[in-house]
Amino acid sequence: MLAGLAVVALAASACGSDSGSTTSTTAAATTPATSAASSANSSSAPTSGGASSTSGEASTSTSGGSGATVEAALPNSADCSDPASGDAKTATSAEDLGGICGLIAAAKAEGALNVIALPPDWANYGTVIDTFRKKYPEITVNSQQPDASSAQEIQAAEAAKGTTDAPDVFDVGTAVALESLDYFAPYKVTTWDAIPEGNKEETGLWVNDYTGVMTVGYNSDEYGEITSLDQLTDAKFQGAVALNGNPTEANAALNGVVFAALANGGSLDDISAGVDYFKGLKDAGTLSSVDPTPATITSGQVGVVFDWSYNQLGVTKQLEAEGVTWKTFTPSGVALGSFYNQAINKDAPHPAAARLWQEYLFSSEAQNIWMSGGASPVLYEAMKASGTVDAASEANLPTIDSAVVQLSQDQAKAVNTYLADNWSKAVGS
Amino acid sequence: MTTATIPQAPAQRRGLRAAGPFLGTVPFFLYTALFLLLPTAIVVIGAFQDKDGGFSFENIAELGDASVLDALWNSVVLSLVTAVIGAVVGGVLAYVLTTTSPTGAMRRLVTAACSVLAQFGGALLAFAFIATIGANGLISRFLEDSLGTKVAPDLLSTLSGLIPVYLYFQIPLMVIVFLPAVDGLRPQWREAAETLGGSTWVYWRKIGFPLLMPSFLGSLLLLFANAFSAYATAAALISQYNPLIALQVRGKLIAETGLGAPNVAKALALLMVLVVAILMVLYYWLQRRASRWSR
Repeated sequence: MLAGLAVVALAASACGSDSGSTTSTTAAATTPATSAASSANSSSAPTSGGASSTSGEASTSTSGGSGATVEAALPNSADCSDPASGDAKTATSAEDLGGICGLIAAAKAEGALNVIALPPDWANYGTVIDTFRKKYPEITVNSQQPDASSAQEIQAAEAAKGTTDAPDVFDVGTAVALESLDYFAPYKVTTWDAIPEGNKEETGLWVNDYTGVMTVGYNSDEYGEITSLDQLTDAKFQGAVALNGNPTEANAALNGVVFAALANGGSLDDISAGVDYFKGLKDAGTLSSVDPTPATITSGQVGVVFDWSYNQLGVTKQLEAEGVTWKTFTPSGVALGSFYNQAINKDAPHPAAARLWQEYLFSSEAQNIWMSGGASPVLYEAMKASGTVDAASEANLPTIDSAVVQLSQDQAKAVNTYLADNWSKAVGS
Repeated sequence: MTTATIPQAPAQRRGLRAAGPFLGTVPFFLYTALFLLLPTAIVVIGAFQDKDGGFSFENIAELGDASVLDALWNSVVLSLVTAVIGAVVGGVLAYVLTTTSPTGAMRRLVTAACSVLAQFGGALLAFAFIATIGANGLISRFLEDSLGTKVAPDLLSTLSGLIPVYLYFQIPLMVIVFLPAVDGLRPQWREAAETLGGSTWVYWRKIGFPLLMPSFLGSLLLLFANAFSAYATAAALISQYNPLIALQVRGKLIAETGLGAPNVAKALALLMVLVVAILMVLYYWLQRRASRWSR
């Protein structure tokens, strides 16, 4: 289990074109109007997945992606006529239901799927859901509480247990995933073997799905170029710099602090430099307390945001339509990721639809859609090997110049303890 | 057999008649149980449970945390300040309204506006303020362009910045709840006081204030509770830390980083219940004193 939380040692994907001290990381290589795109080396994308190691141990470099192939797409609803067999509730693979077409038939019979906490602008989830709807028109997808947190997903499962409204699947952060194993049903998708060892629980209780890298997004029309995090104490950023949430609550915000620590000489084990950095912003009067939503960003209330690359891409596209240039910046050598996880609710009211959704998410089709939203999917390596990566989607991945690291379980715990003790002291009222 | 059944019939009718009035109260008690007693019970029980449902004082111990005490202090101060300002300003406004014609356009307009604004809280209100005096708000822009003075961008996210925002719904609420009490002051009482040679000051000191005091205190308490439990407005304005107790409850409920603790949230809610309970007792005592003369 620890293996899933291992630091994902990602192969640096050789961006030789960037030789400066900082690398401008852009999340919008394909969007023509953004000036940020011009500095992008769109051919070099981060290679997610690949080698992984259990935390603290030597790297085992088991590239799970090799050998296994990833098909171009799942069969559509119309492509299948096989009847279902077996009980979806206890099925741990499509084989238990008579193959993928059996699973599709069972899911169609259920007719509905409840997904929860999937914001349409988060890693392109809106398109992911729409495409699933088109593939399987007989299945009504109910998207509940799009802005809920990971913890709220589990609370919703508990509260709605036994009803047809309970969420069928979860998309949760690592901390919540590991605390909630009792809620998950084991299931292995058909592309299971292509998922690197370090990115999945061995029985299939949870599977890493996608990650981004932490970046600083900013309105370059208003503030000019950002080339160093130290600049953000400048008076021109007065009240405009925001984290995406409260780091004692939100995973993205927590990683924003870790990111600042890494950029200021700290490490995954010692994030005090990150807290000190934000205390410095607070003292300089540049830290905003406002939640960076599309509304507050568009209105100019928030001008600089620490967030995942896939969220920055959504903002970039949205602001582009308003004639505002949103660029991203990442200090050289700082590539911080954090995988989200997919899991099936043990008490899912639509167990077959839940399993079909899982199959769909780990098909090259959905993985490409995530990629076009700026998120690095877990099957990236395997898809590269199988030739199922969509080049246009791949171009949206952020350019990075070093290996992506993420917090191990123990490191995340230590970070939480440190933040609980120090965050409100540093930036509180 | 037949002799035995005869006396039973009237007894049954009596029983139904006796149950009649009780039946009428069933919806009320059901409502109270569902929406007041049950949530309170869930909060009280949950506050003393650990993650696995066992009895524990752990959550209560968490309440001693410095950040919780800070948030409690901030919440009480913010609620008290906005309740007192709201009650005084709203009280005066309500009095002014009673001096106008009860059917006049002025009074109808103001009470209608107050009814709407008293409920104008939450994210809507927060964004209205952001659009007005936020970093790029209408007034902020105007001040910067014409006078060169810059409004502090995080003004609305500080405790003192929350005061004007909260007053936006506190004052109208006070007008609505206090207006009937001021309406109850009969002009004849004032005339009587004047006839007997009393000045305006004497009238207010001996008649006006004592009469209004109980409902004024009641309204003040309502305003306090209103601000103390207000959540959405502050939540929309402040996202990176939790300076208020209601925001801390949210934090413990939604934390996805491993710091979530629903039972600590219940302990925090219990703390809020306690604060309001203390105020109720205080209010009861004050009201008994304030209305002593009338008995």
